[in-house]
Amino acid sequence: MSFDPHIAVTRFGAGLSPHHALPSDVASILAEAAAGDPLAARWPLMKLQDVIKADEDIRVLSGIAHKKRGTEEADAAKTARKAIFDAMRDAETYDIGGLVARMLAQPYGLGERLVQFWSSHFTVRGRGGALQYGVGTLASVAIRPHIMGRFEDMLLATVMHPIMLLYLDQAQSVGDNSRTAKLRPERGLNENYARELLELHTLGVDGPYTQDDVRELAEVLTGLTFQRGEGTIFREIYTEPGAETVLGKRYYGEELAPIKTVVRDLAAHPATGAHIARKLAVHFVSDTPDEALVAHVAARFVETQGDLAAVMAALLEHPAAWKIERDNVKWPLEYIASSLRVLGMTEAQMAAANVRQIDKIVRRPMVGMGHVWQRPNDPSGLEEEDESWITPQAVASRINWAMNMPRRFGIQLPEPAELLLRIAGPSAPPELAFAVNASESAREAVGLLLASPTFQRR
Amino acid sequence: MTTDLNRRRFLISALAGCSAAASPILTPVTMASAPWDNRVVVIILRGAMDGLDAVRPVGDPDFAGLQDGKLRGGEEEPLMLDNFFALHPALSDLMPLWQAGELSFAHATSTPYRDKRSHFDGQMVLEAGSGNDVDGRPRDGWLNRLMQIAPGVEASTAFAVGRSRMAILDGEGPYSLWEPRTGLNVSPQAERLLELIYHDDPLFRDAATQAFEIVGDIDAEPDPSDEMSADMNMMAEVSGNGSLNAEVAKFVVERLRNETRIATFSINGWDTHVRQGQTLPNRLRGLARTILMLKAGLGPVWSKTSVLVMTEFGRTARINGTGGTDHGTAGAMLMAGGAIRGGRVLGDWPGLRVADLYQGRDLLPTRDIRAYAGWTMRGMFGTSSSDIERVLFPGLELGADPRLLL
Repeated sequence: MSFDPHIAVTRFGAGLSPHHALPSDVASILAEAAAGDPLAARWPLMKLQDVIKADEDIRVLSGIAHKKRGTEEADAAKTARKAIFDAMRDAETYDIGGLVARMLAQPYGLGERLVQFWSSHFTVRGRGGALQYGVGTLASVAIRPHIMGRFEDMLLATVMHPIMLLYLDQAQSVGDNSRTAKLRPERGLNENYARELLELHTLGVDGPYTQDDVRELAEVLTGLTFQRGEGTIFREIYTEPGAETVLGKRYYGEELAPIKTVVRDLAAHPATGAHIARKLAVHFVSDTPDEALVAHVAARFVETQGDLAAVMAALLEHPAAWKIERDNVKWPLEYIASSLRVLGMTEAQMAAANVRQIDKIVRRPMVGMGHVWQRPNDPSGLEEEDESWITPQAVASRINWAMNMPRRFGIQLPEPAELLLRIAGPSAPPELAFAVNASESAREAVGLLLASPTFQRR
Repeated sequence: MTTDLNRRRFLISALAGCSAAASPILTPVTMASAPWDNRVVVIILRGAMDGLDAVRPVGDPDFAGLQDGKLRGGEEEPLMLDNFFALHPALSDLMPLWQAGELSFAHATSTPYRDKRSHFDGQMVLEAGSGNDVDGRPRDGWLNRLMQIAPGVEASTAFAVGRSRMAILDGEGPYSLWEPRTGLNVSPQAERLLELIYHDDPLFRDAATQAFEIVGDIDAEPDPSDEMSADMNMMAEVSGNGSLNAEVAKFVVERLRNETRIATFSINGWDTHVRQGQTLPNRLRGLARTILMLKAGLGPVWSKTSVLVMTEFGRTARINGTGGTDHGTAGAMLMAGGAIRGGRVLGDWPGLRVADLYQGRDLLPTRDIRAYAGWTMRGMFGTSSSDIERVLFPGLELGADPRLLL
């Protein structure tokens, strides 16, 4: 088992494409991912400060609509508020178009796959107001800059992101002995974020922490909160006085210093390395990954204290990463984007799509496939088990999409025989070749190819 | 069509790996065939419902001291269930069921899961039913293990409803999973070719076979009788925001009025860390509506039905600093249906003094929630005690019969 260009772009990239040559080695895939986001200027994603501004504007307008209800001023405020909501909703949809465009434009596409992987690892949901549409800013601010950087920097950036602090209730948590709690005894500690930080983001649920560590970490985090109209701030009067002990180490100090220290310590913990290594191997290679592969990646994580470029190199250099069997199934967004990509759609064609079309071809079909975009039920992230994605109704949704959407979107469909070659190479499974020939129409043949396990697996 | 359906049924059952005893080759298949006449609905509340708020132990002298007056209690008159427990006012729509003996609760109950208080592991333990063993993912869910040992079951006997897989019913035994708002429109030729290209990939093959089968079943079913339509209309009247979607509920009751005997689905959003006084009532009202929709839609079948409402764990006895509660241990479960012996709050009460609380913070579990589920299965489906203690819930001691059913 060794490097294979076909596996390289399907398993570790955005998928096959008639427009991009296959990579010749692992180094070029890693180099592309490390080169950042070349489409940032052409496809600007939503900005965090705009989301915070919209949130504040909505608060002000709601205040006017409430206090002056019955007046023309209130009606104008409601109209203005609706316009902001509509613009935010459109911006969120447009951002999905931006992600698909990136997956069409990048020659290999490991970077976009990593953005999706880490966005799932740090799953958030926008709480209320305009923030519900701003989930994507976590990826732009906290994830994109660090996919080939240091895990501790990524983790700290998520800790500082207002949508994370709101989602996991950190923004409202105050120390039980803080000055705020002394004045307002009903306020106090909320341990939700501390628990998920340990369980989901760093050590993993089997990691070496106890209920006391959760509690003490929650106390370290006090002071970190959200100010409407501003963003993440540190509020001294929320802090629990004194030192706290997390995993046997004492943390104390001024303002953000102990928070930053504990976050960096958690990021570098060997249990975090083991947790992240397994998640990467499961996501990219197999739900039941080779233990030697996991150990190899985990060791690199620990050696380099979470240098993600080195960690990804460790994953891609290991022979078990190149196993022939395609154990995993594409996630819904990846499935849709790789379908458009293999059909030959270009980034320029994507740029011509309006918000309604993006909604119709990407966001809404994803719901049927089991992924409600940016509206997770809980912070545990997208499922990795293939059985979660290939359920009867999800497979029906994938079949419906494959059969109907590309044509409705006005994509010029390739010749079925050519698409077969593109997807399966010269050694296509005989039943797939037979099915393509036996189809009643070219559209159906293309649909069958996109719906086939050969294309859906990676 | 019939032949085609039977062939598909054979395929799905055979592919689902069920035992020879359950194979339709040996047991003739008809639409109405089902091993039991009783129905069980299992509703999973994901996020950990606060049992101390839903069913308030107002008779416990220490209860008031855990409150800030706004969270559990407030201005609304408590709905006294007996001289100790009061129902959350947002569940008031269920009081007629309580009075009719069609609603019960079990309190101070939990799975064997302890200490890490992770939603995801907690749900895994609840759905696997296998005790506190969370090393790796469990192989299957406890309802699925029932499907593996019960004779004469087929994929349509047990339904998980929704867009996500339900671990409680997942496994080697036959079952169905469907979200009723999904259509599947392909030509008969494309359907055959899809069967061909999925044939050697069990994951895709099983899912697609079932999708085509369910779509075929729904198309093939006769129009509901006038009586059933009338029940459906009543159901529409009680449906509303925050509860099971009316279309989904309609699908659930249609299945249960036909050959389905077990239905399971989940309701999300119970993780009330913040402002529980505002967030929990909506959820509870939705739950009440869901149960009333089932009762209305099931019509005469309601008398043969037992609904179990379970959650992964309870929440802290005290209010946290943000007007909510954090992850705890024991909580409450709800049982409803015409088949149950209602009007009771079951379970030994552990008390709420600090020394009584689990680790000084959570309601102490006094009975394994699996015992209530086990006794329900025994009474509704005649599952033997040894199968319950060894197969469904390994390591469980069923204990004294709580006499859950009529």
